[in-house]
Amino acid sequence: MNEYTFSILFGVTVGTLSRIYMFRTDYRQYPTYPHGMVIHLALGFIAAALGALVVPSIMEEEFTAVTFLTLAASQFREVRNMERKTLNEMDSLELVPRGASYIEGIAVTFEGRNYLVIFISFVSSLAYLSINLWAACIAAFLAFLVAKKYMTGSRLGEIAEVEQATVSFDGAGLYVDNIYIMNIGIPVRQQEILKHGLGFVINPKNFDARSTIGNLGQRQAILHDLAISLGVYRDSGTPALVPLIKRDLDDGRIGIFILPQNKSADLAMKVISQVPTLENAIRMPTETKEKGSGQS
Amino acid sequence: MTLEKLILAAVTLSGSKVPVGANVFVCETKDEMDQVAADLEAILDGIAHKLSNGVYIIVKH
Repeated sequence: MNEYTFSILFGVTVGTLSRIYMFRTDYRQYPTYPHGMVIHLALGFIAAALGALVVPSIMEEEFTAVTFLTLAASQFREVRNMERKTLNEMDSLELVPRGASYIEGIAVTFEGRNYLVIFISFVSSLAYLSINLWAACIAAFLAFLVAKKYMTGSRLGEIAEVEQATVSFDGAGLYVDNIYIMNIGIPVRQQEILKHGLGFVINPKNFDARSTIGNLGQRQAILHDLAISLGVYRDSGTPALVPLIKRDLDDGRIGIFILPQNKSADLAMKVISQVPTLENAIRMPTETKEKGSGQS
Repeated sequence: MTLEKLILAAVTLSGSKVPVGANVFVCETKDEMDQVAADLEAILDGIAHKLSNGVYIIVKH
């Protein structure tokens, strides 16, 4: 026991607790329970310990000790690779795959959250050592609020409007509203699709959103979340029943076609609005600055 | 090399247009054609698409 013991313990505890809070095992069922969870809890604990150790090592003028943070960075980058690899391998076994962009988003989140844990435990152990326990509690709370702000991204409902649309056939062509989806030849299959199918149209709210929802990765993420929440009426080897999402070239609207097990249009529209906007898909063409305008 | 799309088979009515270069199934009636297309779709894990001239093609996507 020395003068740093309690500050380190405090930092580690706060950091680990915040990592537990950041877990959201919800409809995605990821991280898997219980072993996937244990791995990330252990990594969260390591991250918290690293963050809490920074301040004592600076105070002891052991500046070289801070270089272990670089070790942490490479360690957590490895976490991202691990998640990406696992999810990619599992993706081919999903009835409706997540898609590479969604996987990358999840992997980046796992890496990013460990850095947030380092930040929280660093701030709280700094406040503990430089002021007192109560200041550390307040600092931990504030750091947690900052981390919370950075851990939640935007949702599709914020950049686009979702409405239900009719599913119809024009000859062999399947349409959602007036957006062409695919060609289904056999009449029996057409009847099946009309009976079970649901169609939705996503209207982008502005020009930026048009590019974002046009991204193929974002579109696949919508289908995956929808299929997870509502179930999907298909099996392997039935490509005609695969949910599809196509774009209206004229105005950038997106037409979604899905055969759900639970044919609830209201629920589906809620799910679509709640789909996360993927970091990799966000485009801001209206933010383009002209070269030489004095802004970079 | 991975093939993105491949026509596995074609189903057509006898006497009408007969495609070349794929496995062609010639049928007598429209009902038979629908049935054969549905069978092939299930067996080949492809989708039966209908061309505007009435010929079915089974495509692997």
